[in-house]
Amino acid sequence: MTEFTSDFWPWFIGIVSILSLAACFLFLVWVGRGRPPQQVETLDHGWDGDLRELNNPLPGWWRWLFYGSLVFAVAYLVLYPGLGFFPGTRGWSQEEQYRAEVEQAEGRYGPLFERFAAMDIPTLARDAEARKVGERLFLTYCTACHGSDAGGAIGYPNLRDEEWQWGGTPEAIVESITNGRVGVMAAWQEALGDDGVREVAQYVLSFSGRATREDLLAAGKEKYEMACFTCHKNDGKGNQALGSLNHTDDIWRWGGSEQAVETSIAKGRRGVMPAHGQFLGSAKVHLLAAYVYGLSKQP
Amino acid sequence: MAEAEETYNLRVVRQFAVMSVVWAVVGMLVGLFIAAELIWPALSFDIPWLTYGRLRALHTNAVIFAFGGCALFATSYYIVQRTCHVRLFAGRLAGLTFWGWQAVIVAAAISLPLGITTTKEYAELEWPIDVLITAVWVAYAIVFIGTLARRRVPHIYVANWFFAAFILAIAMLHVVNSLAIPVTWTKSYSLFAGVQDAMVQWWYGHNAVGFFLTAGFLGMMYYFIPKQAGRPIYSYRLSVVHFWALIFTYIWAGPHHLLYSVLPDWAQSLGMVFSLVLIAPSWGGMINGVMTLSGAWQRLRTDPILKFLVVSLSFYGMSTFEGPMMSIKTVNALSHFTDWTVGHVHSGALGWVGLISIGSLYFLIPKLYGRELHSLKLAELHFWLATVGIVLYITALWAAGIMQGLMWRAVNPDGTLTYSFIESVEAMRPYYIVRFLGGLTYFSGMCLMVYNLWRTVRGARTAEMPVPAFAH
Ligand code: HEC
Ligand code: HEC
Ligand code: HEM
Ligand code: HEM
Repeated sequence: MTEFTSDFWPWFIGIVSILSLAACFLFLVWVGRGRPPQQVETLDHGWDGDLRELNNPLPGWWRWLFYGSLVFAVAYLVLYPGLGFFPGTRGWSQEEQYRAEVEQAEGRYGPLFERFAAMDIPTLARDAEARKVGERLFLTYCTACHGSDAGGAIGYPNLRDEEWQWGGTPEAIVESITNGRVGVMAAWQEALGDDGVREVAQYVLSFSGRATREDLLAAGKEKYEMACFTCHKNDGKGNQALGSLNHTDDIWRWGGSEQAVETSIAKGRRGVMPAHGQFLGSAKVHLLAAYVYGLSKQP
Repeated sequence: MAEAEETYNLRVVRQFAVMSVVWAVVGMLVGLFIAAELIWPALSFDIPWLTYGRLRALHTNAVIFAFGGCALFATSYYIVQRTCHVRLFAGRLAGLTFWGWQAVIVAAAISLPLGITTTKEYAELEWPIDVLITAVWVAYAIVFIGTLARRRVPHIYVANWFFAAFILAIAMLHVVNSLAIPVTWTKSYSLFAGVQDAMVQWWYGHNAVGFFLTAGFLGMMYYFIPKQAGRPIYSYRLSVVHFWALIFTYIWAGPHHLLYSVLPDWAQSLGMVFSLVLIAPSWGGMINGVMTLSGAWQRLRTDPILKFLVVSLSFYGMSTFEGPMMSIKTVNALSHFTDWTVGHVHSGALGWVGLISIGSLYFLIPKLYGRELHSLKLAELHFWLATVGIVLYITALWAAGIMQGLMWRAVNPDGTLTYSFIESVEAMRPYYIVRFLGGLTYFSGMCLMVYNLWRTVRGARTAEMPVPAFAH
């Protein structure tokens, strides 16, 4: 709150506000005073032909509406924070309101989640009610990236299949959701050159039997076992500790066309799964993990 | 010597009046297009210039600053001359405001679709255009206030108070909100950041509503209603009170756009309080306009121009009641981010700003060409098309907005959300279709207006109006 203003603004705005309300009030009293004249006077200052003004008294209901809203304004400013230098007698704040609402929600829904929290993930994944709740949470928090069927998209993993970038054990999934994941592969264009990228791409494709240029494979293999094995291993199966993807299953995070694979290698790739732990709390993460775990175990 | 032969400067009035009609059609056509995109997203054809995000800003700028702006220039220049009995001060400069303002509009129409934007709503234009706006606005102030200063009538007519307040307030708001550090010709960084930026932006944004879309158009109302009805303004006193009350209260109401945000609590509550206090000052203007008709109610049956002017006031009254209700924190918690806001905007924009301008232009343009309006029947039809269009538009969005708000907050017994976001988007489709049809109806009325006015002025010579001999 302090970064909003110096001490000057709350005082300045507060005082000008009070003066504005007072001015409205005084003006209303001043213009509304006296008995309405018997004869309504007409002001004709010869503006433009027949353009004239009557000087009828202020309509009573309108005056009272105005007075009423001014009274409301003063009362509200006494009760609630509205003047920068006076927090209001009710001690209300939006942070407090938020905390109270969260507390109330936890009181109401907490017991259900506590029951689920006590069950282990494989059991929970078979529990129909838990799956239902998990699915709803998934639809709220995860579909934007992973799709409403968890089927993924280019750059976003499919969570229904058996390929796990970071591991498919309950613990690994909980970790992925809680602390997020960042998979980084640097760009290889500079080190390998255009030809090198093409050769190595052919070799990567050959793990799933999709190479189209047999003549480049030998050169590709040589380079792969020099530059790529640290992360992807010589057998191309990758390393879940690093989140380097598996090249042997013909499942492609960034697209499986020759061109897409070459781009992955030449430009590098970076996938970010944001951390959700703090924002969702461990009970919801637990349920979500069970839901995701259950997806790939479905027949 | 030439006192008796002196005429009013109608040239610049005519220019602005005609362009106001042109920009109304353009701006609303863009509005219609983006309304269609919300139903059929494929309409952007994957062409960046046609994407919703860019055209939306084009729509708002075109209707507010091009259509509304030209209408305000035209009517203020006309009214200030006629009620001050003096030719416009600095006629050359007035001519420059016309070309300058058109340049601003064209620059906006090019830069916004190109994606050049400051991202501040209603202030999207980049800094070189902002500088041009400032120059035009200073010229406008000189012309208007110069004319007032040279008036030959002792009292300043009420419409002119409103125009003057509008001109001065917009100058201040525009300059402060646009303060920025330029980095290239098409990019600048605001001088404000974070929550200060938000506060300055909505202090500007709300007062753009209060002074551009309200005070200026009240100026129109105060001249054209008594003129068209042939009746005196109901109450001078009321105009004094509600004028000053509007000035005192509008300026602090901006935070109602930032309720339940990181804005300090006190600023939020203050915005809410002042929004509620605004009801009476706003209604003061409506009462004064409507009561001006007492004794002339029967004319409302036969006079379509008067219908536009008076019904605009009922939408003014409605949106200035709806706005304060939406400023109440508990209501805003439901309405914020929903289409209810967009509905509120258009009951003010189509109902108040649109109808009062249309009525005024129907009054003004034939006079500027020394003709009678070609067809009152067509104007009558236009009135009904406009009214039906507005009703379709705003009822569809009330329903849509409340439904969205309720869907977003609905929870299952386990505390999870009942609807995913995309379900609430899908649920909007029928309402968006009705909104589109409402917009189409309103727009078809505008097309009639163009035809009617074209038939009115076709082949006409421009009119001259002599300044009355100095008699006071
Ligand atoms: C520092 C470790 C590291 C090295 C070295 C490395 N990679 Fe990767 N690679 C990764 C990671 C991590 C990803 C997954 C990026 C992500 O999270 O999206 C990846 C992804 C890929 C992909 C995309 C797979 C898909 O499913 O779309 C290809 C292809 C690939 N690497 C090929 C190579 C080749 C060829 C080399 C050697 C030239 C190489 N990588 C070297 C870590 C590495
Ligand atoms: C902003 C987009 C985004 C959101 C939201 C998101 N994810 Fe992810 N998620 C990703 C990306 C990208 C990856 C892959 C990270 C990488 O390449 O290293 C990922 C990876 C994962 C993984 C690891 C997959 C594997 O194969 O090891 C799991 C599990 C996961 N997400 C679950 C979830 C759940 C559950 C949610 C909802 C709470 C969620 N994600 C929300 C983008 C997202
Ligand atoms: C044919 C008539 C019109 C149609 C079909 C139309 C349509 C639209 C649409 C579809 C939007 C975007 C809403 C959204 O983002 O969900 C919009 C926004 C807007 N329109 Fe219009 N419009 C019309 C006329 C006008 C007029 C005459 C004005 C002003 C004088 C106006 C002022 C605005 C404003 C200020 C917004 C922004 C609203 C916000 O940010 O909440 N419109 N319009
Ligand atoms: C007393 C008068 C009014 C008050 C107190 C008021 C209040 C409000 C409130 C509370 C919102 C919603 C803010 C949010 O939740 O984001 C809003 C939005 C808006 N109102 Fe009003 N309103 C008033 C009159 C008008 C009039 C007469 C017009 C138009 C001609 C108008 C135009 C707008 C616009 C354009 C927005 C949308 C701003 C955006 O882009 O988000 N308002 N108003």
